[in-house]
Amino acid sequence: MSTRTADQAARIGETRGERLRRVLSSRAASVVAIVIAALWTIPTLGLFVSSLRPDEDIRTTGWWNFFADPGSVSLYNYNYVLYSDSQGGGLIINLINTVVITIPGVVVPVAFAAMAAYALSWIKFRGRNLLYVGIFALQVVPLQMALIPLLSIFSSGLHIGGMTIIPAWDLEGVNTLIQVWIAHSIFGLPLAIFLLHNFMRELPGDVMEAARIDGASHSQIFRKVVLPLVTPAIASIAIFQFLWVWNDFLVGRTFAPGEATRPLTAVLGDMAGTWGFGWTRLPAAAFIAIVVPLVVFLLLQRYFVRGLLAGSVKG
Amino acid sequence: MNISAYLDRFGLLAVGLVAFAAVLLALYGLAELASRRDRNRAVAFVFLAPAVLFLLIGLVYPAVRTVVMSFYDAKSENFVGLDNYVWAVTDPDALQILVNTAMWIVIVPLLSTALGLVYAVLIDGRAGEKVYKALVFLPMGISFVGASIIWKFVYQYNGAGGEQIGLLNQVVVWLGGSPVNWLNESPWNNLLLMVVLVWIEVGFATVVLSAALKGVPTEIVEAARIDGASPSEIFWNVTVPSIRSAIIVVAVTVFIATLKLFDIVRAMTQGHHGTDVLAHNMVEQAFRLFERGRGATLAVLLFLLVVPVVIYQVRNMRRQEMETR
Repeated sequence: MSTRTADQAARIGETRGERLRRVLSSRAASVVAIVIAALWTIPTLGLFVSSLRPDEDIRTTGWWNFFADPGSVSLYNYNYVLYSDSQGGGLIINLINTVVITIPGVVVPVAFAAMAAYALSWIKFRGRNLLYVGIFALQVVPLQMALIPLLSIFSSGLHIGGMTIIPAWDLEGVNTLIQVWIAHSIFGLPLAIFLLHNFMRELPGDVMEAARIDGASHSQIFRKVVLPLVTPAIASIAIFQFLWVWNDFLVGRTFAPGEATRPLTAVLGDMAGTWGFGWTRLPAAAFIAIVVPLVVFLLLQRYFVRGLLAGSVKG
Repeated sequence: MNISAYLDRFGLLAVGLVAFAAVLLALYGLAELASRRDRNRAVAFVFLAPAVLFLLIGLVYPAVRTVVMSFYDAKSENFVGLDNYVWAVTDPDALQILVNTAMWIVIVPLLSTALGLVYAVLIDGRAGEKVYKALVFLPMGISFVGASIIWKFVYQYNGAGGEQIGLLNQVVVWLGGSPVNWLNESPWNNLLLMVVLVWIEVGFATVVLSAALKGVPTEIVEAARIDGASPSEIFWNVTVPSIRSAIIVVAVTVFIATLKLFDIVRAMTQGHHGTDVLAHNMVEQAFRLFERGRGATLAVLLFLLVVPVVIYQVRNMRRQEMETR
């Protein structure tokens, strides 16, 4: 029955009722899509508007009042949270911590992962598959499994049966940032190796073969042939790792716990958790932390999406 | 605050980067030496050494150590057998945590995937699709902490008498209700925390599923339409089965992210008012209460919950690869 009407519709065009229903359902779809898009944007907009309002306004009225009565717009909050010596200020130091943590936290794991992925995909040696499966499986281990022992390696070294494998690091003050570099490098490796291996495996074998015949060594092939070919993949993995490290809360807080060494996110997380004195500064402080990854994300979204799809759909 | 106060950090960064460059150069030289003698094993060793060393010391050994610690007491001194595990499943507070975690890992992946799918279908082929997608995708770039702060302002409560600052309570007041202190209302506050994660993950779901939708052959959809299938029939009988594996991948990825969730609980409620979850309480036990045995136990439980899902995902990926061949 429905087949017949559809056939008719296909042949002689739809009836007025059908047309109305189609237009209505497409209207409804538009409305739903717009509502979702709005729900996903308004909270962030609210925070941004709040960050520009004076203390007193944030405390007494909702941010939407800003549009009815803009009052005064000022960057005072931004200046305060970054540079003030008073409570809840001076976050510039934490912002710098985040930058200092992020650069090696991205460069080190991506470089080591690229080398490992090359060996796993293009150097023939015994036990290669076993090693790859092992590294692949490590993605399963949540970093929570590693927190307590890794921290104790840094504080008291690694000893197995009376034999000291690694002596205690005994890092203090600013130097504890080294612990965060190492922790981020370790936790980022399994996924980075997995993704880069996926990309490198896909490279044409005859190119490698030709380079080998021309007398190129593995290290030359890696540097001159493979790296240029997988640059887009490395870009997308670096963006992943950048977002992860910049936005991280737990690793920074655990491995650089001091007031002066915590990354920005860790300070914000604790400020938000206690919601104590100075909560009116939070919008500006949060926006400082949000804006850098957001800009990177928007500019390099193409690479990010490519990596996302390669990692999740293609496998 | 003076510039001089930051110099030590940049000094450390410079030293670190130079040291790293030196290590890379040394490795490269070693690899070159081994390559000249055409020893594949040696070259592979040099290429793999840093990553494998990091993983052995920083992940494999600690994981094993954590499992061992879960059978020991708070200070890792006395063997206590399964005491920590018994605590985890009998203590009322710990049970609450397990129940909360169970709610999270069911609701968040379901809701994120479903919303992402609906949204991806709605905007598929629509004018301005890219803008629609970008708006929902944007929260992916915001940290969990940043998102928590954004939503904490939405949920803010300002006493029954005063003017509301939080958008949610203002909407309630506009609709004639009285404001609620949302984050203190157990068990509903759990749902409000989940909203934050869903808000972040829907963008991920939309992007992946929307890419999968583009892969559904238009002929099949066209054929179904000519056969008289209604839009909802086409959705359930054609679209969903065609992108089934992408849906599973999204759900599993969100599931794992949900399970490891620490930041949102920390920044929203610090686990108070009955909102604590496994990954957050693990850190509390280990680093604030100094109950290392219990912390380790919760980490092991986390691991045990992830394993079956990942195995399922790997099998799903395998099947997908077979299909595409």
